[in-house]
Amino acid sequence: MFDTVIIGAGVTGAAVARELSRYQLKVCVLEREEDVCCGTSKANSAIIHAGFDAKPGTWKAKLNVAGNRLMDQWSRELDFPFVRNGSMVVCTDAGKMERLEALYQQGLANQVPGLEIITDKKRLREMEPNLSDQTAAVLWAPTGGIVCPFLYNIAAAENAAKNGVEFRFRSEVTGIIKKEWGYEIATKEGLITTRTVVNAAGLYADVLHNMVSERKLQITPRRGSYCLLDKTAGTHVNSTIFMLPGEYGKGVLVTPTVHGNLLMGPTAVDVKDKEAINTTAEELAEVLEKSSMAVKDIPKRQVITSFAGLRAHEVGRDFVLGEAEDAKGFWDCAGIESPGLSASAAIGCLMAGWVADSLHAKKKEHFHSKRRGIVHPFELPEEQRQELVSQNPAYGVIVCRCEMVTEGEIREAIRRPLGARSLDGIKRRTRAGMGRCQAGFCSPRVMELLAEELGIELTQVTKSGGKSMLVYSDAAQVHLPEANLKWADVLNEG
Amino acid sequence: MRKAELVIIGGGPAGMAAAVSARQNGIENIVILERDHVLGGILNQCIHNGFGLHTFQEELTGPEYADRYEQKVKELEIEYQLETMVTDISEGTDQKASDLLPGVRCIHVSAVNRTYGFFQIETKAVILAMGCRERPRGALNIPGYRPAGIYSAGTAQRLINVMGYMPGKRVVILGSGDIGLIMARRMTLEGAKVLAVAELMPYSGGLKRNIVQCLEDYDIPLLLSHTVVNIRGKERVEGITLAKVDEKGRPLPGTQIEYECDTLLLSCGLLPENELSKTAGVALQQITGGPAVNDRLETSIPGMFACGNVLHVHDLVDYVSEEASLAGKYAACYIQKAKEEPVEDGTKAKERAAEDGTEAKEEPAKDGTELEAAVTDDTELQIQPENGVRYTVPCSISPDKMADQVVVRFRVGGVYQDRYISVYLGEQRLLHAKRRILTPGKMEQVILKKSFFQSVKPDEAIRIDLEEE
Amino acid sequence: MAEQLENHGKSVEEKRELTCIGCPLGCPLTVELSGGTPVRVMGNTCKKGEEYAIKEVTNPERILTSIVRVTGGSGAVISVKTTAGVPKGCIPQCMKEIHACTVKAPVRIGDILIKNIAGTSADVAATRAME
Repeated sequence: MFDTVIIGAGVTGAAVARELSRYQLKVCVLEREEDVCCGTSKANSAIIHAGFDAKPGTWKAKLNVAGNRLMDQWSRELDFPFVRNGSMVVCTDAGKMERLEALYQQGLANQVPGLEIITDKKRLREMEPNLSDQTAAVLWAPTGGIVCPFLYNIAAAENAAKNGVEFRFRSEVTGIIKKEWGYEIATKEGLITTRTVVNAAGLYADVLHNMVSERKLQITPRRGSYCLLDKTAGTHVNSTIFMLPGEYGKGVLVTPTVHGNLLMGPTAVDVKDKEAINTTAEELAEVLEKSSMAVKDIPKRQVITSFAGLRAHEVGRDFVLGEAEDAKGFWDCAGIESPGLSASAAIGCLMAGWVADSLHAKKKEHFHSKRRGIVHPFELPEEQRQELVSQNPAYGVIVCRCEMVTEGEIREAIRRPLGARSLDGIKRRTRAGMGRCQAGFCSPRVMELLAEELGIELTQVTKSGGKSMLVYSDAAQVHLPEANLKWADVLNEG
Repeated sequence: MRKAELVIIGGGPAGMAAAVSARQNGIENIVILERDHVLGGILNQCIHNGFGLHTFQEELTGPEYADRYEQKVKELEIEYQLETMVTDISEGTDQKASDLLPGVRCIHVSAVNRTYGFFQIETKAVILAMGCRERPRGALNIPGYRPAGIYSAGTAQRLINVMGYMPGKRVVILGSGDIGLIMARRMTLEGAKVLAVAELMPYSGGLKRNIVQCLEDYDIPLLLSHTVVNIRGKERVEGITLAKVDEKGRPLPGTQIEYECDTLLLSCGLLPENELSKTAGVALQQITGGPAVNDRLETSIPGMFACGNVLHVHDLVDYVSEEASLAGKYAACYIQKAKEEPVEDGTKAKERAAEDGTEAKEEPAKDGTELEAAVTDDTELQIQPENGVRYTVPCSISPDKMADQVVVRFRVGGVYQDRYISVYLGEQRLLHAKRRILTPGKMEQVILKKSFFQSVKPDEAIRIDLEEE
Repeated sequence: MAEQLENHGKSVEEKRELTCIGCPLGCPLTVELSGGTPVRVMGNTCKKGEEYAIKEVTNPERILTSIVRVTGGSGAVISVKTTAGVPKGCIPQCMKEIHACTVKAPVRIGDILIKNIAGTSADVAATRAME
């Protein structure tokens, strides 16, 4: 029996797991997909918000600011990219200044440090040369930041695993039954028993919660579509640029990413299907159009990919955090929509503390707080990278030419704990396939490396687990008689 | 630091032809840097025939064509490094340079491979021959899911022809560029069902003969003015929706066609791969995405030349080889010239001339041979593409230093019938040649003779355009 | 222009429009036929165009390129071509024989891997080498 089972290996589940692994507890993470970071955590704005958006007093407000504050330490300890590039809310209509002022006051109430309303045009031009010419004023939040959500999520999970947390993938939870001693969890892989449950199941947190509680939750998938631009556009803005929320809705943001691309989005469309991560022509058009409202001259022809993610919007509008009232030992992290990524580290600390207290758990004597990421030779000083290649020549062979990812990094991504099992897993860990050619050149080679490292056939290699197989058997063995028939007839007639 | 006279970036058809030509023009210390584990570049996966009619007067397949040049590279004992990725090109700042490079501004090429790790080569000249890449789905903003089964045509070509695996069984292809057409036939022959080839434009981007022998032979429908408006399937592609588009490329409501398929191939255009050129500071042409070059195929940076698909996307490898041979020759001229006149740096001469208020005028060519061509600081006549001509390569020529004949290649922006290609110098018409048909899929060319430009007025430009009569 | 056409001068009963595949020019060709045999070819800009047109309306042929599996080599497959055009109608049979074929490395460029494929008198030759 486990002390705690965490359901969901997204950024919330991973942060809770990492913090719980400080305690002398037997913890398991169940994940429906074949990897961590496969749901909302992989498709979002990759922003660490400063914290002026949410109503004072809400979980969103408190944990956003607290989570933001933790990011320096977490990124240092867990070795993932995080940059405080600052964020701006742009007011392009002098008549709407009171709204910007209200946002400023809200930020002060939430204890966001360093907030400032800037109207000096010259200063604004120096800070952001490509702000809209209509810019009247800007709310500047120096603590706003950007993060790699994949590497953050993976790093927290790896660190939890290092500290003894067990991860089970492709383990979708199909039922939870309350017992006197705790909970019995049914998965496709069999029954699991545990004293407590942490529900970090993202879009499905309502489904799991409602299995054990009469106080029902309802989560609506709210889709956000994004366009990602080539690195040549990555310096178009320095900070994260928001439009002033207004009659056009919340608007879309324009931000550099930690890897140097430019990201624009999201839209906000409520959908029924919790798997509807498809983009639509209308939403992509909306991103391209609205992105220009606060930022001028965006090189939109530099779009290299577009994607959509679903936010878990709970009807109560705030994060749902805490023990279910009518289900002791069942701890919810539900409705973790924006600013969920920003708050996740704080959610992890808070939730782990609650759960550990409820179990009267003691801290471990030896907790490994540090985790090292995959070494990217191009980020090393010259001598060190030369040393790296001489020790392991695979670090001298470039596989992904757009992002300059070496064979050594890809092999390491597969070999390390919670290693990659698919093309997307490699992509999130190393960025191979993330660049301007979008895996056109490197995917055949990455597939070969996956097959070799995992000891499987190329036909078993997937894009993202499950039935996402990439190739069929030998070319010469694919025979579709019905397909052949037609053209054979045509040729014979000729 | 290692030293070379000439570094060639890319060991595909362009890089190999350039190397062979540079060696034949007397350059000893040449290094080809190739990122793949074999020479030949993309030709290794282009197993179809149709290569070499111009160069070898016989019809070869891609691998055979590549092999001819590889044998020459080996015969001439030209050094090449495989699995070697160039990471940076920059102009050396040290004017003293080295014994091997007296007085010439040198270029530093940084690269990495498994044998030497990270290393640098100091060289007099560089030939850019990195080729091109395919436009990805994202650049087309195709909506829908992102499952497995969406490949660029070139990726599918590699999977089938080099690795021997089929990327799918029921296929829709978007884009009727030559690779898309060739892959429609390849997948059909290997047992897949190609349901349709859709093309956004009202005409095919590929060669007519490929439509005949790749689509019509196999009864594969070509849907012009159509695009993909949805991709279904969460894990693997389950279906594709095509729709007709209006003249601006916008999908028309009510014209959707649903296809059940497991694969979508994209053949939506090629982009010269110039990330290295950009970091080196080479000026690019907006239309081609390749370096702007003069008639010596020299870029905006002295000593840096470009040829092949990194310069502009070609339709025929034969033209790539021809162009690359010229680049090799002009690079050789540049290096030899640098040896003869070791003191002056081109930029400095120009700056001084500007200060003096005098033009830095070179002596006219002594014997008119092409080897006189390598200069970096004389007047250049710009070539302006107009009225249906999208771009030209080269985009400028030097009347003094040009060879007796310069081939100017270009593509047109639409399908035209019975038009004249005209070349003007100011108001004077130099050439007027009829074409029965002009299409964007086919590269066109005109030949400019040195004799055209005996008396050129300052600020005159060359115009190339299409005329009805 | 049509010296090799014996039937030149006979009454034209049918015209066929073709695109020459001999080279990238892709010349639009018109073939005039009488009693099913070509009497005149127009639109070609070289001798090969005329040959192609006559073949195309009588017995169309194609060079066939594909891959053959290799054992014991540095790669799994090797590219091949037919050494001459094969009649279009024979392509399905040719592909069957190509798919059924497996060769052992090493292979050199030009090695004949299948002789007289599908009875067409064309052979199948390797177009690249493999160690």
